[in-house]
Amino acid sequence: MSKKAVLMQGNEACVEGAIAAGMRFYAGYPITPSTEIAEQCAVRLPQVGGKFVQMEDELASMAAVLGASVTGVKAMTATSGPGFSLKQENLGYGCLAEIPCVVVDVQRSGPSTGLPTSPAQGDYMQARWGTHGDHPVIALSPASVQETYRLIIRAFNLSEKYRTPVIFLMDEIVGHMREGVVLPGADELIINKRHISYHDGANKQCYYVPEGQYVPAMKPFGQGERYNITGLAHDVSGFPTGSNAVAGALYTRLMEKIDHNLDDIIRVEEYMLDDADTAVVCFGGTTRAVMSAIQEARAAGMKVGMFRPVTVWPFPEARLRARIHGLKRILVVEHNYGQMLLEVQRVAAERLPVEFLGRFDGTVIPPADILQKLREMEG
Amino acid sequence: MRYEMRFSGSGGQGVILASVIVAEAAVAQGLQTVQSQAYGPEARGGMCKAETILSRDQIWFSKVIRPNFLLALTQQSLDKFAGDLAEGAVVMADSSLTVPAGLEESQVLRLPILDTARDKVGKLMTANIVAVGAINKALGLFGEEALYEGVRRHIPAGTEELNWKALEAGAALVSDEQAAAFRQSLD
Amino acid sequence: MPSELIHKFMRIDHLPHIWCAGCGNGIIMRDVAVALQELIDDPEVNLNRGKVVVVSGIGCSSRAAGYMDFDSIHTTHGRAIAFATGIKIAHPELEVIVLTGDGDCSAIGGNHLIHAARRNIGLTVVTFNNDIYGMTGGQYSPTTPTGDMATTAPYGNIDRPFDIAQLAAGAGATFTARGSAYHVRETTELIRQGIMHKGFSLIDVYSVCPTYYGRKNHKGGAVEMLQWQKEHMVPAARYYAMSEEEKKGKLLVGTLTHIDFPEYTAEYAKLIERAQAKAGK
Repeated sequence: MSKKAVLMQGNEACVEGAIAAGMRFYAGYPITPSTEIAEQCAVRLPQVGGKFVQMEDELASMAAVLGASVTGVKAMTATSGPGFSLKQENLGYGCLAEIPCVVVDVQRSGPSTGLPTSPAQGDYMQARWGTHGDHPVIALSPASVQETYRLIIRAFNLSEKYRTPVIFLMDEIVGHMREGVVLPGADELIINKRHISYHDGANKQCYYVPEGQYVPAMKPFGQGERYNITGLAHDVSGFPTGSNAVAGALYTRLMEKIDHNLDDIIRVEEYMLDDADTAVVCFGGTTRAVMSAIQEARAAGMKVGMFRPVTVWPFPEARLRARIHGLKRILVVEHNYGQMLLEVQRVAAERLPVEFLGRFDGTVIPPADILQKLREMEG
Repeated sequence: MRYEMRFSGSGGQGVILASVIVAEAAVAQGLQTVQSQAYGPEARGGMCKAETILSRDQIWFSKVIRPNFLLALTQQSLDKFAGDLAEGAVVMADSSLTVPAGLEESQVLRLPILDTARDKVGKLMTANIVAVGAINKALGLFGEEALYEGVRRHIPAGTEELNWKALEAGAALVSDEQAAAFRQSLD
Repeated sequence: MPSELIHKFMRIDHLPHIWCAGCGNGIIMRDVAVALQELIDDPEVNLNRGKVVVVSGIGCSSRAAGYMDFDSIHTTHGRAIAFATGIKIAHPELEVIVLTGDGDCSAIGGNHLIHAARRNIGLTVVTFNNDIYGMTGGQYSPTTPTGDMATTAPYGNIDRPFDIAQLAAGAGATFTARGSAYHVRETTELIRQGIMHKGFSLIDVYSVCPTYYGRKNHKGGAVEMLQWQKEHMVPAARYYAMSEEEKKGKLLVGTLTHIDFPEYTAEYAKLIERAQAKAGK
C-alpha cells in the first residue's frame, strides 16, 4: 500500500527522523538556519517522553548532549557555523571518550556571523578537522527532505554502533526547503542500539575491546558499574595514562574503528555514470542544481553523470578511484571556495582534469551555470 | 504543467505561509512540490519572498529563477520582482498597487486582497488566505479537498470558519472570465 | 594503611593522588566521601551508591572525580555543570555531584554556573576554591583577592574577586553554603545537606594552595594557611553569636541560602504530562 506524502521542512524531517531513531534528549541554543530543529524538538520530545533543554550557550548544549548520552539516552544537538565552531572542543571529547551523539550543522554562509539566512557549504573541512588533534569522524549530508529523514536515522545508527559523534552536515538549502515526504513505517526502519556488554565476562574494564574488535561496550552510568570517563588519554580501565604506548594504541584504535569499517560507513549516490565522460561531484543541497543540470546536459547529448558522497567523511576515496577509469574529466560543484575539491584532487588529479565551480556569496548556484561550465569543459 | 511561483510582500503579511499552504495543497493533490523562502533579519516589515514550485514531474533544483507566477502584496515587492519574470508570466497584485513599467496591464490581475481581508473577512491578517483562495481560482490548481486540507494543516484549531470564509472571499474576487484569461496568458 | 572510608569510596589503585603536599583538596574530597557515606548508611535516605555520578571539569580540583569510586566523568574545562545538567535531565533519579574549582566553575564555566542556579536543577556543586589556577602553575583566578600576587599578576592583582556562593545565590541557587578545608565536620555536614536539598546546591569550600598561592603571597605553608582559616572563618553557631564588631574580618562557615523552590527535573516531568495530555486529546 502506498503511503500518503506529507509536506515537511528539511529541519522538521531531521527531528522526526531522529525521534524515529530513538533520540530522546536534545540540548541546543537558537541559531539560524537550524532553529526550527530546536523548536520542533521542544514540541515533539515531551510528547514521546523525551527531554528538550535550551541551554545557555552552544558549549553547554554539546556538553549536556554528551552527559545525557553517558546515561544511555540517544542525544542530539543542532547548530549552524558559529555554533558549530563553539561545539568543537566537546565534540572532540565525544570522539576520545567514545560517547555516541549526533551533531547537526545546518550550514550557512561565511566565516563569523556571515550571512545567517543564506546557504553555503563552507563547513565541510571543519566537519573533518574542526576539533583539535587527530580524531575519527563520520559525517553524512542529505540532499532532500526525504533523504534527511532516512539519513538522520542512519546517523544515529552509526553513532551508536561505532560510539562516536556523527556530524549531520545539512545546509540551508535542504534545511529550509519543504517537500512532500513519505514517512516509512516503524517496521521498515532498522534502529541500532549500542552494545553494552561483550558477554565474555573475562574483562569488565569499560574500554575493553576484544581482539579483532574496535568498539568498547561499556554500560550506561547509573547501573552500578562505577567506571570512569575522561578526556585525557586513558587505558582500558578508563583512567588517565602517562604511557605513550597506551595512548598511541588508543588513538590508533579510534582511527581504525572507522578506517576498518569503511564499507559499512560509506554510502555514495552514483547517477548515470556508466557511460559518462564527465562526473560531477557534489554533496548536500548542491545536488539539486547538479541533477537539474544533468537532465539538461543529457537532453543535449552530453555524457554527464553524478558522483555524490552521502557519507561525506570519511571521503569515499576508493569508490571514486574505482570510477575514474571510464571518465575523461571531473567537475566538482560546491557552495564554498573549494573544499571537497581538495579531496577529489587528492584522489583523481593525477589521472584526469579536475575542475571546480563554486559559489560562496550566499546565493545558490543555478543549473544554467553548471551546464555552461560543462559545455566549456567539453570544449 | 510546471508552476514556478513567487510570493512576495512585507514580513508579517503571511506570504511565506501562503506559499507553504499552496505546497501543502499540492502534496494533498498528489503533485510534486518544493517550497522555500528568503528573508532578512526583520521579523516584521522587511521585504519577504517565498517560492513554491509545482510539477507533475520530479523537481530537482529547488529555487525559482524566473517565476511564471508572482503574488505581490506591497509596491516594493512588486517593483522588485517584476523585473525577473519568465516570458508570459502572470502577476497577482493587491489593487492598491501601481503596475510598474515593464509589466503589461494584461499580465497583472489586480485584486482588493487586503481590503477584502479587512472588510469582508474582518481580519487583515487573513490576507494571505484570501490570496490563496484567489490564486487557486485564477490558476485552477487544486480540488476543494486538497485546498482545504492544505489550509487546515497550517492554521490554529478553532480558526477554521474564519479561514474558510477568507478562502471563499478570495475565490470570489476572481471571475470565471478573469481566470480563463489569466490561464490563457500563462500558456 | 588507608582508612576504611578510603578503602570503601576511593579507587585505591589510582592513589596516591597528584595533589601537592599540604594541598587542601584531599581534605575536601574526603568530606564529600563522608557525606555520601552518611547518606548511604542513613536508613531514612538509603542513597544508592550505584546512582551517584561524580562529574568534574579541569584543574587540580577536578582530578577528584577519578579518585572517587562511583560512576565518574572528568569532562572539559568549565563544562562540568553543563555535562551534569545533561546527565540529570536525562536521568533525574541519579544523584549528580559536581566537583570543580574556582577557575573551572566561576571563570571559564561561569555561564553554566549561573544558569544551572537559575534553573534550580538538582545538582550538588562543591567548589575546591584555592584562589589560584594551580594546575597551570599559579595564575590569578576570579577568587584571587585584589592586590595579591600570581604569575600573571606580577604587579599585584587589580581584579575584584568573586564570592562564589554569593554569585550562585544571586543567580537563584536555592542552597548555598561556605565551608573550608579546616572546618571538616561543618563542611561535611553542609555537603550532606546540599546533596539532600531538592534543587541546585553549591558549597563553596575554601581550599589551601601552599605551593602557588601561599608561596607567592607569603602566606606560609599549609599549617599557617589552615591556621588562617581557623582564625578567620567561623562556624554558624559561633558566628551568629558574635557582635557586628567581632564579625569584622570574619567569614561565616555555614548555610548562606536555603529556600524551597520547584526543582527543574520535577517541573520537566510535569511538562511531559502536560504535553502528552495535550497531544492525546
